[in-house]
Amino acid sequence: MTQPPLLRIDNLHKRFGGTVALDGAEIEVAPGEVHALVGQNGAGKSTLIKILTGFIPGDDGEITFEGAPFSVGSPQAAQAAGISTIYQEINLVPTLSVTENICLGREIRRRGLLDWRGMRAEAERLLAKFNMSIDVSRPLSDFSTATQQMIAIARAIGFSARLVIMDEPTSSLDEREAAVLFDVIRGLRDEGVSVIFVSHKLDELYEVCDRVTIMRDGRTIRACAMAEIGKLDLVSTMLGREISRSGGRTTAFAGDHDHDVGDTILSAEGLKDGAHVRDVHFSVRKGEIVGFAGLLGAGRTETAKLVFGAARPEGGEIRFDGAGFAPQTPADAINAGIGFCTEDRKVEGIVPDMSIAENMMLALMPKLARAGILDEKRQARIVEKFIASLGIKCAGPGQKIRELSGGNQQKVLLGRWLAMSPRLLILDEPTRGIDVGAKAEIQKLVNTLADDGLAVLMISSELEEVSEGADRVFVLREGLTVAELTNGEINEERILAAMAHGGGEPSVAEA
Amino acid sequence: MIGMAGNRGLMGSYGVVVALMLVILFGWLRYDNFLSPFNVMSVLRYNSMFALVALGMCFVIMTEGIDLSVGANAAMSSVVAAHASHYGLVPGLAAGVGAGLVVGLLNGLIVTRLKIMPFIATLATMLAAGGMALLLSGNQSIPVSYATSFTWLGQGNLFGLPVPALIAAVAYVIGSVILNRTSAGRTVLAIGGNEEATRMMGLPVERTLMVTYIACGGLAGLAGVILAAQFGAGQPIEGKGWELFAIASVVVGGTLLTGGVGSVGATLAGVLLLGVLFTILNFENGKGWISLSAYWQSVIRGFFLLVVVLFQARLARKHAAQPAVSAT
Repeated sequence: MTQPPLLRIDNLHKRFGGTVALDGAEIEVAPGEVHALVGQNGAGKSTLIKILTGFIPGDDGEITFEGAPFSVGSPQAAQAAGISTIYQEINLVPTLSVTENICLGREIRRRGLLDWRGMRAEAERLLAKFNMSIDVSRPLSDFSTATQQMIAIARAIGFSARLVIMDEPTSSLDEREAAVLFDVIRGLRDEGVSVIFVSHKLDELYEVCDRVTIMRDGRTIRACAMAEIGKLDLVSTMLGREISRSGGRTTAFAGDHDHDVGDTILSAEGLKDGAHVRDVHFSVRKGEIVGFAGLLGAGRTETAKLVFGAARPEGGEIRFDGAGFAPQTPADAINAGIGFCTEDRKVEGIVPDMSIAENMMLALMPKLARAGILDEKRQARIVEKFIASLGIKCAGPGQKIRELSGGNQQKVLLGRWLAMSPRLLILDEPTRGIDVGAKAEIQKLVNTLADDGLAVLMISSELEEVSEGADRVFVLREGLTVAELTNGEINEERILAAMAHGGGEPSVAEA
Repeated sequence: MIGMAGNRGLMGSYGVVVALMLVILFGWLRYDNFLSPFNVMSVLRYNSMFALVALGMCFVIMTEGIDLSVGANAAMSSVVAAHASHYGLVPGLAAGVGAGLVVGLLNGLIVTRLKIMPFIATLATMLAAGGMALLLSGNQSIPVSYATSFTWLGQGNLFGLPVPALIAAVAYVIGSVILNRTSAGRTVLAIGGNEEATRMMGLPVERTLMVTYIACGGLAGLAGVILAAQFGAGQPIEGKGWELFAIASVVVGGTLLTGGVGSVGATLAGVLLLGVLFTILNFENGKGWISLSAYWQSVIRGFFLLVVVLFQARLARKHAAQPAVSAT
């Protein structure tokens, strides 16, 4: 590159309390370049974007934008400086009109008052770039998610940005809509606008991006032209796995997979729900740990939610215990004997100010209550039992759960579901954000549960956890089951290959 | 329909305007002097205070906030204005509005800086302002000066119309322009629609909230000035329940308590609807067929409020139930 970069970030650091979010991140974006920014959850992408857009300050490091040192204290300032951001969650106001959502912040005025006619024309002009012609005076909430996403992009472009940051902009778009978006991105590039494109969909990156920066654990691991790096290489760099990696176990899962595997308890065929789950099949047997592997956005959690009744599928069939199964609510799934330890402990799991006992008994309460009155003694017995058997380190059942470490909180949640004596337990990222020691304990625990005959469906983004822990692995890629690997075939290379190329074994779905 | 509030706001305003017209029609058919100039003028004169308070409340509610302090604020401001009225009309007006602005400023600071929920923040300032009103008046009505022209603000006429009604009319025109024709007004709606998104869009959330609460306080202060001028005395305990009347008017006008949708004009219609209803109950008493105590009147107004709000909610739901359309 002969021209100086538009944006250059050097050695950027950021700590949140005790945790390091960024540890020397770098990125360099040329004018008119579409630049992919990839990395697993917690790699530091969002922190980097938040610093760049003025939401949080960086601790240390250097940012140069348009050749000058750059530091902004607020989103307004970033916007004014020429950096616009489109967030994954649509950040517009549903009750306001399309015109306002596009024009607020840089209104057109006439004699000091808003010029609605001019603003309407401006909104229509911007939307015309996407071949969209809609009634811009209607409230945003009247339109579909995809249309709203396009409106968000029109807003960003309208700020005559020099750099547009798109954080998973296609997560709510279908293929046709995504194609329109890519045309717009290419149009921006031709006008000399740079784009930072965050996505977990590999094919998209190769379709629209020129260069890529790969982050891991708060650091920039590699930056190169898209053409210089293969999909497999990209995925393994992102996950931090060497392709030719020697053996040696890194998890506490028993190596021999010697659970006494019984009959199939849960199976799903042709599951379909929106853009995230397009055609998923899998099955779980008694006493078996089944792993769900895939990149973010592959549809793993969304599939689990269908099984748990937290969402209803548009198509496909679920069978549980030999019969058709169509849970309408999580309560249905729980009654049928399914437990679901969610990915996000803090949001969907614990109630921080309640005690360990209360947190553990929340799901069981309807069963423990007689005429609405809780049987305190029985409750206490159950809690004591699980604190002992799960090895929860705490002052006692009355301690508030927020005072516990992440690992112990996770054990309380495990206890919550185990107290229901489930027949199938879904674990979504069971060891995320937990220190190494506690991780091993939880992995051991899951192993023991399977030995005792529990069917376990484990979603994990940690390759070694899936490859060493699971008896069978289903690899999901962009909403499709692309591979099923059984005991002898499970290794990280094969899982990586399936995640990158959709290979592994030919899937019915891709017919 | 450029520049109007969202469709839902329009739906809401139809409801309240229709109800207002029906109630007026009923009154006109049933009572002899219902639309007599005297009666119309006195209804306008009296309700202009509520109209001012409801205007400020309307903006606060559109941000998904609430201001419980307006009643106590108006009472306190009426006392302050009564004290200051001896220096003339302008000092009386300025002192009363100024007192209201101070309460509004406090509300704004507590909500935006200390991040206290508006309900709690303004509950606290309501108690404080109520106490202050009693302190400043020694728990007595404070007579205003008749030597100055201060009472003109409440009792005078201009172009044959009551001065307070003209003041309220001007305030509503300004409020409507701000809401529909300035970015500040649209930002108010944006905050109520989705505060986090508004912040992400780079709009000045804190500053807008601050100004909204200050303006609401100032309008309550202005209502207090008119109260003192109209009744010839600062009234330390008069403002009780005004905040509820204001909230009721705003809600009847179709502004959603969840914020993001609202209309200034419909709020005025809401004020008039409740005011006219009150007048009808008085007329009914005058006919001698029944004799409703003030207590019963309050019960009937509450019931009527419920009916109108249910009607609004049905309209809003019907609108929301329309299928979303993609126009790509």
